[in-house]
Amino acid sequence: MVHGEAWTLKELFVYPNEYIYWSVQIVMYPFMTGLVAGAFVLSSLYHVFGIKQLKDMARFSLVFSFALLLVAPVPLQLHLQQPLRGINVFMTPHFTSAIAAFGIVFSTYAAIVASELWFVYRRYFIETVLSLRGKADKGFFEKIRQGIFSLLTLGSYDVSEKALKADEKAVKILAGVGIPVACFLHGYAGFIFGSVKANALWMTPLMPVIFIMSAIVSGIALCMLTYIAVMEIRKFLVSSRRQALSRPQAREELKGAEIQVISITAKYLLLFLVFAISLELLDLVFRGYTAVKSWDVLRSVIYGRDFFDIFILQYGVGNLVPLMLFLVPGLTIKRAVVGTLLVLFGVFMMRWNVVIGGQSFSLTFAGYMHYHLPIVPHNLETFKEGLGGALTVAAMPFFLFWIMNKIFPVFGYNK
Amino acid sequence: MSNHVLRPLFVVAVLVFLGLLARHFIVPKDFGIGRTGYMYGWHRKSNVEDWKAVKVKYRTAEYCKDCHSDKIDLIMTSPHAIINCENCHGPAVDHPDDPPKLPIDRSRELCLRCHFPLPYPTSGRGKIRGINPELHNPGQACSTCHNPHKPELSIQ
Amino acid sequence: MITRRDFLKYTLKGAAGLAVPVAALEIAAPGKLFAGKYDPSGVRWVFLVDTLKCVGCGLCVKACKLENEIPYDANVTRTWVERYVLTKDGRVSADTPKGARDGFLTEKVELGQGKYRDIKKEEIEKAFFVPKLCNQCQNPPCVQVCPVGATYQTPDGVVLIDRKWCIGCGYCIMACPYGVRFFHPVYHVAEKCNFCYHRITKGMNTACVDACPFGARKIGNMKDPNDPVAKIIASERVGVLKEEYGTKPQVYYIGLSKEVR
Repeated sequence: MVHGEAWTLKELFVYPNEYIYWSVQIVMYPFMTGLVAGAFVLSSLYHVFGIKQLKDMARFSLVFSFALLLVAPVPLQLHLQQPLRGINVFMTPHFTSAIAAFGIVFSTYAAIVASELWFVYRRYFIETVLSLRGKADKGFFEKIRQGIFSLLTLGSYDVSEKALKADEKAVKILAGVGIPVACFLHGYAGFIFGSVKANALWMTPLMPVIFIMSAIVSGIALCMLTYIAVMEIRKFLVSSRRQALSRPQAREELKGAEIQVISITAKYLLLFLVFAISLELLDLVFRGYTAVKSWDVLRSVIYGRDFFDIFILQYGVGNLVPLMLFLVPGLTIKRAVVGTLLVLFGVFMMRWNVVIGGQSFSLTFAGYMHYHLPIVPHNLETFKEGLGGALTVAAMPFFLFWIMNKIFPVFGYNK
Repeated sequence: MSNHVLRPLFVVAVLVFLGLLARHFIVPKDFGIGRTGYMYGWHRKSNVEDWKAVKVKYRTAEYCKDCHSDKIDLIMTSPHAIINCENCHGPAVDHPDDPPKLPIDRSRELCLRCHFPLPYPTSGRGKIRGINPELHNPGQACSTCHNPHKPELSIQ
Repeated sequence: MITRRDFLKYTLKGAAGLAVPVAALEIAAPGKLFAGKYDPSGVRWVFLVDTLKCVGCGLCVKACKLENEIPYDANVTRTWVERYVLTKDGRVSADTPKGARDGFLTEKVELGQGKYRDIKKEEIEKAFFVPKLCNQCQNPPCVQVCPVGATYQTPDGVVLIDRKWCIGCGYCIMACPYGVRFFHPVYHVAEKCNFCYHRITKGMNTACVDACPFGARKIGNMKDPNDPVAKIIASERVGVLKEEYGTKPQVYYIGLSKEVR
């Protein structure tokens, strides 16, 4: 069977070689990179612009951004027909291709985030190593732990006042440099699509900007959501433990998600959401007004076949409803949870409507293709490019975050 | 500034060096910019030879005529003279060594490629004589009555 | 015919090649033998399709699939033939069932998903066939977007794909406005028409040109002023497909119509 045939249904006049070649993994790819960029921008708001209210959020979103970062190339890798040759992008990059430059931009960005993390957690690494060294009879795991942390200190045990000041300065610089690089990284994902002149829906110079705005929106939303979830789970665990031991706990440990943190973050979310919606609508209005050759088929897709996906799911449920939820005064945690979930869904649908929507009409402009997401896989291909593959990719950052939290503790560690 | 500040940079430098080292071993030696420039000519040069070395399967009537000149002489006198041998006999490849016998396509569908009547006025197809396959001796191979090399019935 | 003979001479000049028939060269590793002799700098391959002559028999598609080892029953093809039927009510119906590998064996036009449009003879205003293949663009967008340099343009103007280096990302497939690219079902890398590069560099025609009984397909060298195809392109009224993309396609058409996509 030809790649793509399993999930493509053709209608009317379509060229024989046309299939939905870019399926759900390519929807996941800009969605994940968007979350990376957004989470990083959120953490930088504190480090660079000194927005104090975001302090609790900053360290959290930085670690989460790193977890997401490691997952971002996975969907690309999963959709390659030759996954083992993925390394060729680094070996013989062809820089006239947006994908080739992705390798370089991504690596640079990964280096920046990793370095920033190192500076933030350096003191913790050193303290851990020193306390483990002092311990007399170490178990096997503690020896391994000491090894890992010794490696992480990169051989420097300087925790003098001067050194810590230098750390703070480095974090600030890296966070500042990181913002444009994060935007560039995700603008690049937009460029991958926006520069395909053969695709009438994708080709617009607005695409990178739209992608950046919606990226920040989704990144902030995910950080808010995960922050609330983690804080509430902690509160629940602590209080249940307290009940079991009937022992009073410090107030600090009992703290759930703070509504002040949430509402200030929500303000930034709203700002970027408005930008994103305005740009998307501008694009739509412009296409309709100029009505070039491709408009007939685009109109039939946007207002006909994909109307529900675009106007009900993306703009309605994913944009308008959360906009209302956040705008109504007196934000509560519950409302924020619903709002952020809907925002994430909206951004996902936007990626879906770009990637799948762009392939739902033929290059003939006289035929259509339907994408049927494989739900029950019957071979590796339909798993990778089906619901299973998408959910695997979606779950990975949370799993990674859980592991990384053991090395970079997000909570309970204060300088 | 304290000396530890530059350490992440050293790590990056080591990683970049390892990447370049890997590149040295993985990238084929003949990979480079061809005569069409970096945008259109960035490639592994020996690949051109790979493509040139693909085996030719359709050898044309030139190849057939040494042994089957009788058939070629016959078809040359008929309206089917324009049809190359291999369209019906299949690609010669290294016949008669490999394959020793060519599989001849005698299906009605082969003839219908041209002789299914399509009344298209602005295409050459409308001028070809066609038959209705459901009415014209259905189920029979065309070659039962028509010699493909000399298809007119009166001559056979 | 003159071109072919001229060209054969041209490619084989210098060595013993002149005296040896093509069949004999085959056995002695043609890639190596021709490597030093085929000089691409004096060549710019172009293709000429005369849609007025095409009858939609699809023998070109069959020959192409067998010559270039594209699995015969896979629903992808390097070349295909489209049918356009314009009816008196102004509607255009077009199809290319299985890329016309078996020709067009019904007057019904395929609409996809098992549906057909039955068109009566009296309704037809005009109807014709259009063969398609890779345009070997002067500015190939597929090559521009390849992230690893696995597809490239040769100096004689043909765009090739490196099956050993392609990572299978599909970006080139997305970038081609003509839909000529696909993933090879066996090698799992990008695949497309390359004007039968193994044939044209040996002085032969492409398999589709040889298979066409009606002379609807021709290949030529635009840099050779005596080439009949080059002469036609230079002196007669020819069109190209989707000029607006700026790809400078090098497959020229006689008898194009506004309905052609």
